[in-house]
Amino acid sequence: MNILSTVARRLLQLVGVMAGVAVVTFLLLRLAPGDPARLLAGDRASAETIAAIRHQYGLDLPLWQQFFVYIENLLGGDIGRSLRFQQPVADLIQRFMWPTLFLTGYVVCLAVPVTMVLAIASARRPGGLADQAIRLLGTVGLAVPVFWLGIMLSRLFGVTLGWFPVSGYGNGFADHLHHLFLPALSTAIWVVPVLTQSLRAALIDRAGADFVTAARAQGAGEREIFWKTVLPNAVLPTLNLLGVMVAFLIGGAIIVETVYAVPGLGSLMIGALLGRDYYVVQGLTLVFAFATVLVTLAVDLLTALIDPRVRL
Amino acid sequence: MANAVPVSPPAARPRLTVSMAVALAILAGWLVVAIAAPILAPYDPDAVDILNMLAPPSAEHWFGTDQVGRDVFSRVLFAARIDVFLCVIGVLPPLLIGTTVGLASGYFGGVVDTLFMRLYDLFVAFPFFVLVLAIVGVLGPGLINFVIALALVGWVSYARLVRAEVLTIRESEYVQAAQCLGYAPAVIVTRHVLPNAVGPVIAYAVSDAVLVMLAGASFGFLGMGAQPPNAEWGVMIADGQAFVQQAWWICLFPGLAIVSLGLGFAFLGDGLGRMQRRQVTA
Repeated sequence: MNILSTVARRLLQLVGVMAGVAVVTFLLLRLAPGDPARLLAGDRASAETIAAIRHQYGLDLPLWQQFFVYIENLLGGDIGRSLRFQQPVADLIQRFMWPTLFLTGYVVCLAVPVTMVLAIASARRPGGLADQAIRLLGTVGLAVPVFWLGIMLSRLFGVTLGWFPVSGYGNGFADHLHHLFLPALSTAIWVVPVLTQSLRAALIDRAGADFVTAARAQGAGEREIFWKTVLPNAVLPTLNLLGVMVAFLIGGAIIVETVYAVPGLGSLMIGALLGRDYYVVQGLTLVFAFATVLVTLAVDLLTALIDPRVRL
Repeated sequence: MANAVPVSPPAARPRLTVSMAVALAILAGWLVVAIAAPILAPYDPDAVDILNMLAPPSAEHWFGTDQVGRDVFSRVLFAARIDVFLCVIGVLPPLLIGTTVGLASGYFGGVVDTLFMRLYDLFVAFPFFVLVLAIVGVLGPGLINFVIALALVGWVSYARLVRAEVLTIRESEYVQAAQCLGYAPAVIVTRHVLPNAVGPVIAYAVSDAVLVMLAGASFGFLGMGAQPPNAEWGVMIADGQAFVQQAWWICLFPGLAIVSLGLGFAFLGDGLGRMQRRQVTA
């Protein structure tokens, strides 16, 4: 099976999943108890306003027709309109997405090298002292709530020591790096344990592979085997980490942006949820899901490109 | 040598490790606190004391007081009632639904299985936290809706786990024997398959309790879970955030409570998971 047919098959699968995602986000608003038009209009709206909103948003149509309108809009790039901002959700997302993308990239840069060092240290001798210590630290890291860690870090490094700003996004690249350091660090502390476990397992798995036994049979030393045979084979699991990370990064961004008042998609989402701006919630959920699906796809395709044995 | 039968070493008996014992002690401790909070707490958790606002930790107020003079120690104890309860009530519905679907999907296969696998592909497309958040947002903030949203989203991973277990158990000799003896599928599934699939599920559920508790506290913090003035650890931290410069203790202690309960579940889940793996390899 060549790479092109693999790509074609995955793209077909992608279309199916994306259609499913659209169905779920469409049904999401129908979960709301009571009349959606009343929810959109607010509790104090008059009967006329509610009727007007019902007509404006096409809520007087039968459900299946509403669904087709929704799909038609999505295909045209229209993912809804914010009631609060009176703007298309797509525009809002474009305005708010940069801090989130910057933060996400920042977390990846902080987390991946640390993860690799920790995972390699653990996997060199499974069950050894380093492995157990890293495992213990990882368990503690998993049990720490991100939002609390964020507040405590900002109190310590931002207020007491005054090293870092405790809120906002700043202007210019260096300023962004400075402003987003604590948010990125909080998220990284939470993400690293999960990634380390995953990479450690992959490395140990590789260490038991046939080609390692073959190298050993040829008389290679254990040190040489680890660095020259096991480690190069850990490139793919590391790449796969990115796929594992996306969902965590998005969830983490929502919380951390709220703690540090970063004007990103997470803050937009929480603001929309608390302000009952349902179309923004719906649009963001859709965009987050698409982002997850696309990153997973990219990782899978890259894996297939690097390693022809992977038949997806 | 021809009739030498390979003797497998006797299965290592699962032992209680130190970390699991510590974990059980922590969990038992929090359970006692949750039940006996009214006896243990020195103050009424909701009693406002304006003369004593933002008082630092002292002999009278071990964890200090918050911005309206409520005793932080008493509130941390009372909050355990919500947070500990949430771990149980948040894990059970996904566990029960997921196990049922996983059993059906894995044992019977066919249309049910195909349908489930497509649903699984769909659910993993959404970041877990985002989907739960969106559902709670639409249903309305609050603990009950949080539990409903968890049930709607969380069952999928349980079902996936059970399905994978069932696929191997289905091919085992004792199940084939039961099939030959003509037992009804319902009997085989409940009496032969389920008891052998339940171990990994329990281990997973205990680890999942950490995530459920952290999500519950995060939702409280974001204003989407437990609602103030209820004492809940996430809500307390949200309350204290504005005063963290003068009064770090309002945020610190509920956070430590979350970490300790989380560690209890994490260590227990870790130990149970390792026991499972040891039994499989033995």
